Amino acid sequence: MTVTEEEKIVSMIKFGILSPEEIRKMSVVEVKSTETYDEDGLPVPHSVMDPHLGAIDPGHICPVCGNSIKGCPGHFGHIELALPVINVIFIKYIYDVLRAVCANCGRLKLPQKDIERGLKYYRKLNERHPYLARRFSEYIKKRAIKTTVCPHCGYKQPKLKLTKPITIEEYNEETRSYIRLNPLVIRSRLEKIPNEDVELLGFDPQESRPEWMILTVLPIPPIAIRPSIMIETGIRSEDDLTHKLVDIVRTNERLKEHIVAGAPQIIIDDLWELLQYHVTTYLDNEVPGFPPAKHRSGRPLKTLAQRLKGKEGRFRGNLSGKRVDFSARTVISPDPYISINEVGVSVEVAMKLTVPEKVTEWNIEELRKCVINGPYKWPGANYVVTPDGRRIDLRYVKDRKSLAESLAPGYIVERHIRNGDIALFNRQPSLHRMSIMGHIVKVLPGRTFRLHLAVCPPYNADFDGDEMNLHIPQTEDARAEARELLKVQYHILTPRYGGVIIGGLQDYISGAYLLTVKTTLLTKEDVMELLSSAGVVKELPEPAILSPRELWTGKQIVSLFIPPDFNYHGKASISAGHLKCEDIECFWDSYVVVRTGKLLMGVLDKKSIGAEQQDSFFYFLVKEYGADFAVNFIDSVFRMFIRILEKKGFTLRLDDVAIPEKAKNEIIQMLMESFKKVQEYVDQYVKGVLEVVPGRTAEESLEIKILEILAEARDKAGEIAVGYLDPFNHAFIMARTGARGNVLNLTQMAATLGQMTVRGERIWRGYMGRPLPHFSVNDLGPIARGFIVNSFYSGLSPTEMFMHAAGGREGLVDTAVRTSQSGYMQRRLINALMDLYVEYDYTVRDSSGSIIQFLYGEDGADPAKAPHGKPINVERIVERVIGWKL
Amino acid sequence: MVSKRGSSVSQKILEHELVPKHEVVSLKEGLEVLKKYGIKPDQLPWIKANDPVAKAIGAKPGDIVKVVRKTPWGGEIVVYRYVVP
Ligand SMILES: [Mg+2]
Ligand SMILES: [Zn+2]
Ligand SMILES: [Zn+2]
Repeated sequence: MTVTEEEKIVSMIKFGILSPEEIRKMSVVEVKSTETYDEDGLPVPHSVMDPHLGAIDPGHICPVCGNSIKGCPGHFGHIELALPVINVIFIKYIYDVLRAVCANCGRLKLPQKDIERGLKYYRKLNERHPYLARRFSEYIKKRAIKTTVCPHCGYKQPKLKLTKPITIEEYNEETRSYIRLNPLVIRSRLEKIPNEDVELLGFDPQESRPEWMILTVLPIPPIAIRPSIMIETGIRSEDDLTHKLVDIVRTNERLKEHIVAGAPQIIIDDLWELLQYHVTTYLDNEVPGFPPAKHRSGRPLKTLAQRLKGKEGRFRGNLSGKRVDFSARTVISPDPYISINEVGVSVEVAMKLTVPEKVTEWNIEELRKCVINGPYKWPGANYVVTPDGRRIDLRYVKDRKSLAESLAPGYIVERHIRNGDIALFNRQPSLHRMSIMGHIVKVLPGRTFRLHLAVCPPYNADFDGDEMNLHIPQTEDARAEARELLKVQYHILTPRYGGVIIGGLQDYISGAYLLTVKTTLLTKEDVMELLSSAGVVKELPEPAILSPRELWTGKQIVSLFIPPDFNYHGKASISAGHLKCEDIECFWDSYVVVRTGKLLMGVLDKKSIGAEQQDSFFYFLVKEYGADFAVNFIDSVFRMFIRILEKKGFTLRLDDVAIPEKAKNEIIQMLMESFKKVQEYVDQYVKGVLEVVPGRTAEESLEIKILEILAEARDKAGEIAVGYLDPFNHAFIMARTGARGNVLNLTQMAATLGQMTVRGERIWRGYMGRPLPHFSVNDLGPIARGFIVNSFYSGLSPTEMFMHAAGGREGLVDTAVRTSQSGYMQRRLINALMDLYVEYDYTVRDSSGSIIQFLYGEDGADPAKAPHGKPINVERIVERVIGWKL
Repeated sequence: MVSKRGSSVSQKILEHELVPKHEVVSLKEGLEVLKKYGIKPDQLPWIKANDPVAKAIGAKPGDIVKVVRKTPWGGEIVVYRYVVP
């Protein structure tokens, strides 16, 4: 390479507008030929493909700098425009400046005294607070625009109008109409503004004179920026930018010819406008009000602005968005038999992802085995890097055995990942820090990534086809960080409010209930089976029942895993309805009591072991015994919960929501009464004697009252149905313990679906005075307005099904709307906050070191350690010290 | 309504219970604050000179204002503002 390598430090970047002189100075060739290639396929000199614009073919030498393709940076050319055109990007500023400045003398429309004083002030401000200086010139501009008579020459200012996209018109007093100002006129007006006035308007007159916003010379970018593509057939296909440049050159040359030939003004104006169009779309092909320039196929061209803008643009797509190696993506599926800290990786994936491992005398034998196994047998290796930096691709090594022999300390083997390696696991959208966590690799058969069910909530993952990404850290530092900071166990408590987000859910909760419920008594075999599923060997406590058989309670088994100094009191989820218990005097086993590590009373359910429960049994275990303990607890006790379900069998069937005939009649009776009440209100409304709710119309009042009655009716129906359900019915167990579903779901399955609503109103849109033609016009009764009498068990009638679909659709629509809106909001928030950090003195700083907060959160509290905003939980401290809650 | 500095209206805002205590710090104390945080004055949060409180206490551009706020937990937090035009 002949490029002289000089080391330089960038101390400042200054943006400005290129002046015509500058464009000419940096240009290596003036482009004026409309032909790009001659008959031999060689680029025509002075065309947009002129070889001076930079070497692009390998082997070619650049005529300007003498480099080959590798060293030539590319060079700019230029076009001398026959007539000036407006640069669309600056149109707003052109319009503003024109209005702020006298149309006659070109001075800023403020008294000389104000200009002088303002300029002094502006310069001082610009030194210390550039941000304020910008606001000041904005204010100056506003004031100048308001002035209607020039204070310098007394010229009365004509009104200016900007017609989108780029037409500026001036009001003519004589013709009493707006007349278009052409770029030539605009440019001459901008030229007249003295430097001082320009500066006060916020421009730097040295770097960007306002008249430079009108183009008279157009730079031609190097070919390297718009390479042509060879299609297989040998036909050359040019870049969109090149196409656009050719258009510009062609129009420009024609315009030149016509001017020289002295063509009529109309023809010249037409061509001028065409030139303006081409230059505009070359800069930005999505200017509103301009038809976008299209390719022959009808596809809009991707011109300069389109390369930069938007999600796939240069900034968001290439500079902020990075693509990485050592990553994998596949479908996820559940595996309750791995640890929450682990991720199951398929063998196929494990053979593609590698870790560079330095050969030492302690691992040389192991790495030799990897090299011998090679790239297609796990656990093998894909590359060997020799001490002199040569990378040997094991796919092409014939004799791997001898290569393995030649390994010595100092070599690096890029071996396959294997059990125990650390990986980063991620699911999009990555909305919070728990969206990327560190997992220990466990290589398993199959083709999916496996994860423990308890880590689904932080990722918001389910298994209906979700895919996740896996990344393998490549340096020792990265691996240490992942292990010590990112592992799942360090994220059991969320930094948002300090609660547990990784805890029991769904079947774990049903299982916990079934294990700890009073009716569960376990034989020695049962107990041993459970303990073995937890993977522990423990001495059994004294059995709860000695004769006729030795039997243990589930509570005893769970107690084996609770630290002996742990105390806890709290309500269970099942503490509701007639099983409600407020304190230790509980007959229903719905109040949990743990004393000195023994679960004495109460069943474990969602309130005790569930995720996102305040001040729960599991929360205090995590908080007081640490992450390692919590992982162990989940990996052993939670597995027992699953095991007991497997032993007993736990499923939901149709009969679970079947209710006896008697209950059905009761419900129908009750609904009929409610319908009668509704009819009474409707009659009152029709007669005009309905009592009106303050601030509402009669119609609204009627609707409110009807909705009230019908909601009440549905709740009552639920109560009746639930009253007839067996408390050990599996669907009911799940609802009571909080494992899945709630009483409303049960009501809808067993008793009645109730009122369907759209936007909080009964369904009435559709036909005139009725939602469906099956009803009579203006029927205000429950059925005609979307009340569903049937349950999912009994099945819906056709009209009911329609109403249900109408109600259900609303839910789908607003989830779709909400996600897109919150996504955009998140992006804006993150862009604003991303580089704030807490300094060692607890101040919050931005990237320049400026202070945002003098003490983090103004109280210095870490929300991860101050649950729900409270730094100290006094009650819990008392309970721990004296053993019980006061 | 234009209220002059020191007029009764602008003084009254300082008495409102939701307006924390503001005071202009001395040059010496100001320098100590800057030294404590290792920053230049414009790296402090700003308050505009025409902010009602700044006018009421007579703060001029270039001054540093000390604000003492009560926290919900009963403590006090001291923050500083740099007065800008
Ligand atoms: Mg899904
Ligand atoms: Zn070159
Ligand atoms: Zn004038």
